[in-house]
Amino acid sequence: MEPLNRRGFLRMAGVAGATWLTPVGTLLARAAEAPGKPRDHAQSIILLWLQGGPSQLETFDPHPDTRIAAGTTAVDSAVKGVQLATGLERTAEEMGSISLIRSMVSKEGDHERGTYAMKTGFRPDPTVIHPSIGAICCHELPLAGADIPRHISILPSQWPARGGYLGDQYNAFRTDDPASPVPDTSSLLPARREEERLQHLDVVENAFAAGRHKRVEATMHRDSVAGALKMMSSEQLKAFDVLKEPLALRRAYGETPFGRGCLAARRLIEVGVRCVEVTLSGWDTHANNHATVHNLLTTLDPAFSALIRDLRERGLLERTVVLCGGEFGRTPTVNPVGGRDHWPTGFSMALAGGGIRGGKVIGETDPDGKPEPANPVTVPDLHATILTAVGIDPAQLNQTPIGRTVKFSEGTPVADLLGNAD
Amino acid sequence: MIWMRNLLFVTLVGGGLCTVGYQLIPPRAPKPVTRYDANAYSDPQFRDAVDRADASFREQWSTAKVHAAQPAPDLLVARRLALGLVGTVPSLEEIRQLETLPAEQRLPWWLDHLLQDRRFADYFAERLARTYVGAEDGPFLFYRRNRFVSWLEDSLARNRPYDAVVRDLIADDGLWTDKPATNFVSVTCQQDKQNQPDPVRLAGRVTRAFLGLRLDCAQCHNHPFASWKKADFEGLSAFFGQTHVGFTGIYDGAGEYVVEDRKTQVPKTIEPHVPFAPELLPDHGTRRQQLAGWVTHPKNPYFARAAVNRVWALLFSRPLVDPVDNLEQNETTPPALQILADDFSSHGYDLRRLIRLIASSEAFRLDSAADGDDGEAAEKMFAVFPLTRLRPEQVAGGVQQASSVGTLDAQSHIVFRLARYGQQNDFLKRYGDSGEDEFDGRTGTIPQRLLMMNGALVQSNIRDEPLNASMRIALMAPDNPRAVETAYLAALTRRPTAAEEAHFEAALADDHLTRPQRVTDLFWALINSTEFSWNH
Repeated sequence: MEPLNRRGFLRMAGVAGATWLTPVGTLLARAAEAPGKPRDHAQSIILLWLQGGPSQLETFDPHPDTRIAAGTTAVDSAVKGVQLATGLERTAEEMGSISLIRSMVSKEGDHERGTYAMKTGFRPDPTVIHPSIGAICCHELPLAGADIPRHISILPSQWPARGGYLGDQYNAFRTDDPASPVPDTSSLLPARREEERLQHLDVVENAFAAGRHKRVEATMHRDSVAGALKMMSSEQLKAFDVLKEPLALRRAYGETPFGRGCLAARRLIEVGVRCVEVTLSGWDTHANNHATVHNLLTTLDPAFSALIRDLRERGLLERTVVLCGGEFGRTPTVNPVGGRDHWPTGFSMALAGGGIRGGKVIGETDPDGKPEPANPVTVPDLHATILTAVGIDPAQLNQTPIGRTVKFSEGTPVADLLGNAD
Repeated sequence: MIWMRNLLFVTLVGGGLCTVGYQLIPPRAPKPVTRYDANAYSDPQFRDAVDRADASFREQWSTAKVHAAQPAPDLLVARRLALGLVGTVPSLEEIRQLETLPAEQRLPWWLDHLLQDRRFADYFAERLARTYVGAEDGPFLFYRRNRFVSWLEDSLARNRPYDAVVRDLIADDGLWTDKPATNFVSVTCQQDKQNQPDPVRLAGRVTRAFLGLRLDCAQCHNHPFASWKKADFEGLSAFFGQTHVGFTGIYDGAGEYVVEDRKTQVPKTIEPHVPFAPELLPDHGTRRQQLAGWVTHPKNPYFARAAVNRVWALLFSRPLVDPVDNLEQNETTPPALQILADDFSSHGYDLRRLIRLIASSEAFRLDSAADGDDGEAAEKMFAVFPLTRLRPEQVAGGVQQASSVGTLDAQSHIVFRLARYGQQNDFLKRYGDSGEDEFDGRTGTIPQRLLMMNGALVQSNIRDEPLNASMRIALMAPDNPRAVETAYLAALTRRPTAAEEAHFEAALADDHLTRPQRVTDLFWALINSTEFSWNH
C-alpha cells in the first residue's frame, strides 16, 4: 500500500468532518476504510513503554520466597496459578484479559540498543534504520480521513518510535502530559490575520516553484503545511483532551502524567490513531531497586488496569493490542547497593487485546536466577506476533533506501498467544 | 541610603534604555570588511583543478543529454555557503557588506570571511564529529563529547592538515579529558566488558568515516559486489585488539584479538591485516599507529576521496557519491571525485583549500531552478543545484539570523548568545535531530511545520518586539518597497520578484493591523516557505 503522500492529504480533506468523535462517524469511517471486507484483525496498538528496563521480578514475574526475590512478595491474579508482584493488585484483577511472556530474550543489554531492538524488532544496524512497529502499522494500514498523526508518542523518552526507512513522516508525533494542550497547534491569531498569512505564503511559494515545480512537490513541504493546518482546525484534536472524561474515570487511571497519557491513548485510538506509545521512565534501578519499582507501580498499576477495563467495557479491546514492557529486565541477583543491573535474557512483556488470548503465560524463568528461560521468545518473535495480530504479514519484504530487501520481522509468531480464544 | 538605591535604579534603567536604543538603530558604520587571500583563488594549480572538475561535469552532462541550469545569483551562492559553513543564513549587515564589493570579488571574499569566522570552526566541527563519534552521548565517565568537539574546533580554526587530525583520532593515547582525540576510541567503551573499547565498532567507524567504505557489512557476510571478505573486516578490527583503557586512559598494550566464530562458537585469534595495499602499512609503531599510517598514506586511494565526498556533502547537503560512506559501488563514480582528491592529497590535506575548490566549481554555482522543469534527472548529476532539507540547527540558526539585522556571531553579547542557545536547544528537540544519517533524502513533516508556524522560536523572533528585525524594519524602512526588500534579504537572501513586491506592498499598505504586525506577518510567510527550510 502506498504511504501517506501528497494526494493522500488531499483525499483526506474530502472525508474529514466534524462528526468524527461520534460513534456513528467512527463506524462510517471504518466502513469507508475497507469497503466490502471488514477487518477481523486488530486496528490499533497501545504500547506502555517502561523506559529503563523494568525488573521482571518486581512486576510480571515474581519468584516469592526464593533467594532471587530478595523479599519481593506476590499477589494472586484472576487467573488461577498466575501471580504478579505485590503492587500490581489491580492489574492482577484484569489478568483474564492479559497474557504474559516471561521468557523474553534480547541480544541487547544497552538502553539505546535495547530500546531500538524492542521497538523495531531488529538489532541496530549501521546500514539501515528499521521502522518501529507503530510506523509499520501506519504505513501498511493507511486510513482516509486522518487529520491528526496516526502515530503518537506521549511523554516520549529519549528514543521515541521512528519511521526509519519508511520515512520521517512515520515518526511518532511527540506530545507531553495531556493535562496541557498539544503544543503548537494554535496560532492564537484572529481568523482574518491567519488567512492573510496563508495568502502571503502562497505568493512566496509560487515564486519559488518556478523552474522547480516537480522537485518542490517532492519535498512535501506544502503538503505538510496543509496537514498542519488541517490538524490545527480538526475536531480530532479534542481526543488529546482528557479533561473531557468524567472525573471518576480520570481518577481510575490515576491523576499522573502517565495515567492521563493512557487515557488519552484510549481516546486517540477511538478516533482512528494506529499506534500510541505512552512512556513511564525511571526503571533503570541500579540502586535501591525494590523501593523505586514499588513507587513506579503506584503509577503503572492503576493506569494499566484501568486502560484494559475501559477498553473492554467500550468494546475496543478486541481491536486494540496493548503491550506493556521495557527494553530488558534486571538481574536476579541484587547488587551491593540494593539495585538490579541489566538483564536481557529472561524478562517479561505483558500483552492484551487485539485477538491475543488472555490469561496465558508463555515461558518460565529459573527460580535460582539462571539465564536461558524455558520456552524463550525472541524480540523478532514478539514482533511477528504483534504484526500478525494487526493483520500484517511479518515476512512481507520491503526495499530500504539503499536497495536492501528486509522483512518487517524475522521472527515467528507465538502460536499460543494467537488464534481464537477457546 | 534610599538615595543610593534610587541612583542605582536610575543607572540600571538608563543603561537599559541606552542599550535598547543602541540596538534599535541599525549599524551605521559597517564593520571593517574581512581581507581575503586572492592568491588562493588565482593559483594556477587551483584554477586547473577547478577547470578539470568543471570539464568532467560538462562531459557527463552532455553524454547524458542533460541541460545545466543557469548560474545562480551571487546572493544565493552566498546563502548556500553560509548554511554549509556556519549553519545559518547571511545577515542583512553581511549582505550590505558583500554588495559594496566589485562583483568578481564578492564570493571569494565571502568564502574567506566565513572561513575566518569562529562560527565556521564551531559548526564544521560539530558536523564532522557526528561522523567520527556520532550524535549521542557515549559511555558515562569514559567519554567527553564536548571536549572532543572543542578539540576539532581548534584543529579547524588552525587549519591543521586533515591527515594529522585523523592520525590523532585513530592512534592518540591518553585520557579523554586531557587528549580529547582519544574520545574517538573511548566512545566505544563497553560497560559489559570491563569498559574496554570495541574493536568492531572502531573498525567500522574508521572505514566509513575515513575511507568511505562499508567494510563492516562484511562483519556478517561477504560484501555483495565489492571484494571485501569477512576476514578483511576481522583483520582490520584486530588493529584495535591491543587497545585498552587504564588509569592513564587509552593505550596500546599486549594481548591478542580473539573472536568467537558465529557458527561454531570456537574462539580464534585474528592477526591484524589490511584489506588492500598492504605495502602501505608502516612496519613500526603500535597497531593503532600502523593503522593510522596506512589509512592516511598518500597512496591510499580512498582516504582523500572519502574526505572530498564528505566536504562536498557538507557544502551541497548531498554527497557527490551517495551514500556518503560508501564509495565502493558498482556504479561509475563522477571523475570530479578523483580530480578533487588528487588536489587534496597533493596540497597537504588542506581542508580550506578543498572547501574553496568545491565552492569555486561550476556545479556549486548553478541555480536550483531549471528550464523546462526537468530538474529531477539533472539534480542527480549536479547539473542543477539540489533541493535538500536543511538540518534542524540550520533552520533554527536561520530563523534567529533572519530576524536580526546585525550578524549573530561570536562577537554578539553573551546574554543574547545564551538566550539564543536556550531557544535553539528546545527547537532542535522538537524539530527532530536527524543524527548521523544526515544526507538521506528527507521530506518535511507535520510536527516540523507546526513548530515553524506556531512554535516559540519563530514567534519570539518575528513578533513586533524591540530588537527583532520586524520591528526595526517597520520603524526604519522609509517606504513599503524598501521594507519588503529588506525583509526578503534578511530571510531569503534575495530580492522579491515583481509579483511578490506588488502583493506585499499592497499588504503593507493595508491598515487593519499595525505596521509592525504587518511586517511580522511578512516574516512569518517568508520563514514558513519551502525556500526557507530547504537548501537550494
